Amino acid sequence: MKMNAVKRLSGSILLHVVMYGLAFITVAPFLWMVLTSFKGLGDIMVYPPSWWPKHGSLNNYIDALQAAPFGRYYANSLFVAISVTLGQMVTCSMAAYAFARLKFRGRDALFYVFLGTMMIPGQVTMIPSFMVLYWLGWIDTYQALIVPGLASAFGTFLLRQFFMTIPSELEEAASIDGCSRWGILWRIILPLAKPALATLAVFTFMGVFNDFLWALIVVNSEEMRTVQLGLAIFRDRYQTDWGQLMAGSVMATLPILLLFFVAQKYFIQGITLSGMKD
Amino acid sequence: MMGPEHSDRPRARGRKGAGLAAVWFLSPTMIVFSVFVLFPVVFSFYLSFQEWNMFGGKRVFIGLTNYAAILRSTEFWDVLKNTVVYTVGTVPLNMVLSLVIAFFLNKKLAGRKLLRTAFFTPVIMSSVAAAVIWRWVYEPNFGLANYLLGVFHIPAVNWLNDPTAAMFALIVMGVWKSFGFNMVLFSAGLQGIPKHYYEAAEIDGAGRWRRFWNITIPLLSPTTFFVLVMTVIGSFQVFDTVYVLTSGGPLGSTKVLVFYLYEHAFKYFDMGYASAVAYLLFAIVFILTMVQTRYLRDKVHYGM
Repeated sequence: MKMNAVKRLSGSILLHVVMYGLAFITVAPFLWMVLTSFKGLGDIMVYPPSWWPKHGSLNNYIDALQAAPFGRYYANSLFVAISVTLGQMVTCSMAAYAFARLKFRGRDALFYVFLGTMMIPGQVTMIPSFMVLYWLGWIDTYQALIVPGLASAFGTFLLRQFFMTIPSELEEAASIDGCSRWGILWRIILPLAKPALATLAVFTFMGVFNDFLWALIVVNSEEMRTVQLGLAIFRDRYQTDWGQLMAGSVMATLPILLLFFVAQKYFIQGITLSGMKD
Repeated sequence: MMGPEHSDRPRARGRKGAGLAAVWFLSPTMIVFSVFVLFPVVFSFYLSFQEWNMFGGKRVFIGLTNYAAILRSTEFWDVLKNTVVYTVGTVPLNMVLSLVIAFFLNKKLAGRKLLRTAFFTPVIMSSVAAAVIWRWVYEPNFGLANYLLGVFHIPAVNWLNDPTAAMFALIVMGVWKSFGFNMVLFSAGLQGIPKHYYEAAEIDGAGRWRRFWNITIPLLSPTTFFVLVMTVIGSFQVFDTVYVLTSGGPLGSTKVLVFYLYEHAFKYFDMGYASAVAYLLFAIVFILTMVQTRYLRDKVHYGM
């Protein structure tokens, strides 16, 4: 018995050591980014590398902000991400309501076609989408960054699945009391669907804020650059200015990190739901 | 904002209004979807049979010439090989790591939430920021990677300037960036396995390994299958990290399919050729998914 307890305890200690070790390795590049961003050149170009900045300062941030209009990039990214997020919450909940509650001919077939498109790689639609924006004269505008994101098969699917779990008795009562369908969606279903909406919101926001390829294609001018595009171009120009590059990376990561700490639950929920497509 | 059915008298409205209401509720999504998904899917297929430089020149129908040119191009095969190497390098590593970590996170651990957050952090970062950080990690003179090698008395590597090392560097970073996502999926799968299976097995005297191989692995197989399919698809579409970490170099050693497509479409504006590449990518991903479904589905247990 006693031997067993000792064995179990040592096993548990080993498990903790291994797991915390792995966790440290995982966040090490990240910590290194943050610490480097506060270092002066003398602290950066040293071997062996030192973790803690000896003369910590905000100079890298100030220099980076002077070298490139990161403030403008930020405003662009936030504006685009918030617009797409709000837009998707409206379009997806409307479509999800139709798929979950309205009985019309061809509904299920349409829904499966819609779901099926999730299998198509984005690269297939990328080129003609770019052309459409070109024909519309929308290249290098906010519309180009926002409008293609205003519909989402994933978001519609996620909300539809959630709406299906809401009992429809409430809606029937409201309908008898003269509430329109729009009123039912807006005043009865959506307030009950807050967790699903929150999940959709954090995912959409993160996806759009972190997106790179689409911005790379449709943005030309410096004023229209998003944070990610700005950072990628910054890294081209300042290849080895590690302090500033790390300051830029911290800036490009911070909003999502804050969002993650506030709404971690919804991130996890969203991924778990994405695994239940079958 | 009001629906078109607003003018109906509520009591008179029955199922009849549903069709019209459906049009109204679906129209925002369907308009965007038609313009930016349905039209593009069809149009890029059509384009793949055309010769067309977007900013000059007419569209000319050339049949299968684009596809033939791609398949004859040695660069395409190199790029495909690089993509396969990246996939073969990342997928197993990613899956084993995410499964093992999810498995142990499911055990009694102090600070489990903190650990989960740590493993998940790379997932939420943008690929661009992640790649910028890793360029610094791989910096040959002052970077962490070579420092770590130095600790074990291994000579320094010029990570991003050596063709073999660059692909390895990309793979390591790719796994780091995305295993946390699969970890969450595996965690959910593990929590879905009823405890009484383990209890019954323990009473029957099954050891830890037996329980892992005979209960966890089979009952987790629907999740594993899903994770495998999605991770393969994802790694065939890698782009952002390649663009920022290596720009496809050195000597094209990390140039992957989507990078090749990007170059042809948005550097050379050879839209017909690029569309054909896109459809080939689609076909490859589709076939891979079918093959996995065909050969693995029988091995997936859905409950007992």
